[in-house]
Amino acid sequence: MANQEILLQIKDLSKSFKVGSRKLGVPAQQLHALSHVDLEVYRGETLGIIGESGCGKSTLGRCIVGLHTPTSGELMFEGSPLSFSGPQGKGLRRKIQMIFQDPYSSLDPRKTCGKIVEEPMVIHKTVEDRAQREERVRELMGVVGLDAQHVHRFPHEFSGGQRQRINIARALSLSPDLLVCDEPVSALDVSIQAQVLNLFGKLQKEFGLTYVFISHDLSVIRHISDRIAIMYLGQVVELCGAEGIYDSPLHPYTQALLSAIPPASPFEKKKAIELSGDIPSPIGDQVGCPLASRCPHCTDRCRRECPQLTEQTDGHQVACFLYDKERAR
Amino acid sequence: MDELILEVNNLKTYFFLASGVAKAVDGVSFQLHKGETLGVVGESGSGKSVMSKCVIRLLEKVGRIVEGEIKFDGQDVLSFSEKELMAYRGQDVSMIFQDPMTSLDPVFRIGDQMMENLRIHRGLEKAEAKKVAIEALRSVGIPNPEARFEAYPFELSGGMCQRVIIAMALCCNARVVVADEPTTALDVTVQAQVLRLLKKLQKETGMALMLITHNLGVVWDMCDRVMVMYAGKIVETAAVKDLYANPLHPYTWGLLDSMPSLSSQRKTALKTIAGTPPDLRLTGTCCNFYNRCPYARPICTEQVPELVELEPGHLVACHRQCKSETLKRGEDGGNG
Repeated sequence: MANQEILLQIKDLSKSFKVGSRKLGVPAQQLHALSHVDLEVYRGETLGIIGESGCGKSTLGRCIVGLHTPTSGELMFEGSPLSFSGPQGKGLRRKIQMIFQDPYSSLDPRKTCGKIVEEPMVIHKTVEDRAQREERVRELMGVVGLDAQHVHRFPHEFSGGQRQRINIARALSLSPDLLVCDEPVSALDVSIQAQVLNLFGKLQKEFGLTYVFISHDLSVIRHISDRIAIMYLGQVVELCGAEGIYDSPLHPYTQALLSAIPPASPFEKKKAIELSGDIPSPIGDQVGCPLASRCPHCTDRCRRECPQLTEQTDGHQVACFLYDKERAR
Repeated sequence: MDELILEVNNLKTYFFLASGVAKAVDGVSFQLHKGETLGVVGESGSGKSVMSKCVIRLLEKVGRIVEGEIKFDGQDVLSFSEKELMAYRGQDVSMIFQDPMTSLDPVFRIGDQMMENLRIHRGLEKAEAKKVAIEALRSVGIPNPEARFEAYPFELSGGMCQRVIIAMALCCNARVVVADEPTTALDVTVQAQVLRLLKKLQKETGMALMLITHNLGVVWDMCDRVMVMYAGKIVETAAVKDLYANPLHPYTWGLLDSMPSLSSQRKTALKTIAGTPPDLRLTGTCCNFYNRCPYARPICTEQVPELVELEPGHLVACHRQCKSETLKRGEDGGNG
């Protein structure tokens, strides 16, 4: 994979939010949503990002499309720094599009389907001619599997799966290079979810799209991704190829996460690895490994230092002192 | 596993809307025994939640039970007066709702909400109710229950709120617990905790559990028997292992195939069920699944298929699965 072109590089990205204190005179605290995330996204691949709610996966997606400004760190897109300001920024926005989780609230209820899909082209002036634009809208609706006769319908006249298709058509209307999909199928029923997942696969083949696919559903992520990043409390704790993460999970958190998936058949008996307690609060100073308070293998060092992502085998990176070569010696 | 607790016969619940009559539940029958877990699966709009609300008699005004009977311990639930219902709900049958954050009252402390339940149903004094409530909180694994007793719902995480609701549902020793998608709003790790907890409590109290879900993995993990619903009707019901090993209805096949599994080939197209569920105002004259079924025959558009018992305990409603004909999964339907 090393010989592939890097489309997006995330370097030491951190994002923290200010949390107002409830007491007068007490200074506001920092909520560390992302801390020191390093990731690379190759052209044409699907990078799956998985984690529990509150682990910062949506914040990461939003940082990539520029909906959040990172506190520190850098994003490089096609080798140059990613900045959304100025005329150049507008061009970049065109190349990176996002699909949101909730197909019900991410479409303007007062606009027809045609207008929704057309709008990005109007804003970015990619297709100036109105007739051409309408032609393109119909073409896009065909691509995502919507009936072109429904251009004049409003979002409420569509089902959840169809709305998600409108969302996808809107994102595709600017022919982007990178699509950030923030839980695009979690609001859909299983049978509809399968249809939309197939559509994602088809579009990737057809247009050579690159996806950053965020989800909390491990089987969906495994199905669609080439590589998977596991996040916990704002950090990437493990990164590896899609097969490897299920066959040989290294990080204790990944192991616990995998053991929590419901079985694939009634005959399967799983060994339960339970993490005790809840996710610690991301507010305030973060010391040590984020999993230290819940990890069964926790050592003193885990409470003091934060492990870095280090390469174990080819392409399999893990942030855990258990796999620290120095300690093994 | 022998004592019959809840029996539902030919339940029909219709919603009377301005635009017509939606047949949300259209002739559902099932039985629930002591200590048993019955799974109900189906897409949204298949009537599983409406059915569960009928069981606990919490149906919205627009909906009406037009036919059928619900029997709890031999008593006719549908003829209960408001007063009898008060005793029935919570004490005999209790319910765990889908969204833990919205099913607790945000302006009351969780302890007060739990005590209200106990004082009404079990007639306990305040001090005693508090003791029972704290004990219940401890049994569902909430750390430091004495302190949490004073907490408001917003101070707890989603998983904790769901535990509180489970504690509330169980502290009156209900014999039937209806859990409507209890883990859908939760993360996988929390889901695993909640399911383990339900299993443990079931073993201790011998309650019967009706588990409504759309996650088949949860069904495999938890249930003894499973009921597949589609457009207000039961299309297939069987013991869990039978349903997994030998599903018979084309809809069940579609449901099983469209789940991406951890063992399947990556990046291959998933099999899908084409089309969308039917309009519930128009169902009831033919097989509801015929327009999405690859195996449909002319008879499917003419007659409603009956639920027939093909193997002991394995019932299916399909014209092409009967004693004279057996359809095989993946067989060429003959019409593309």
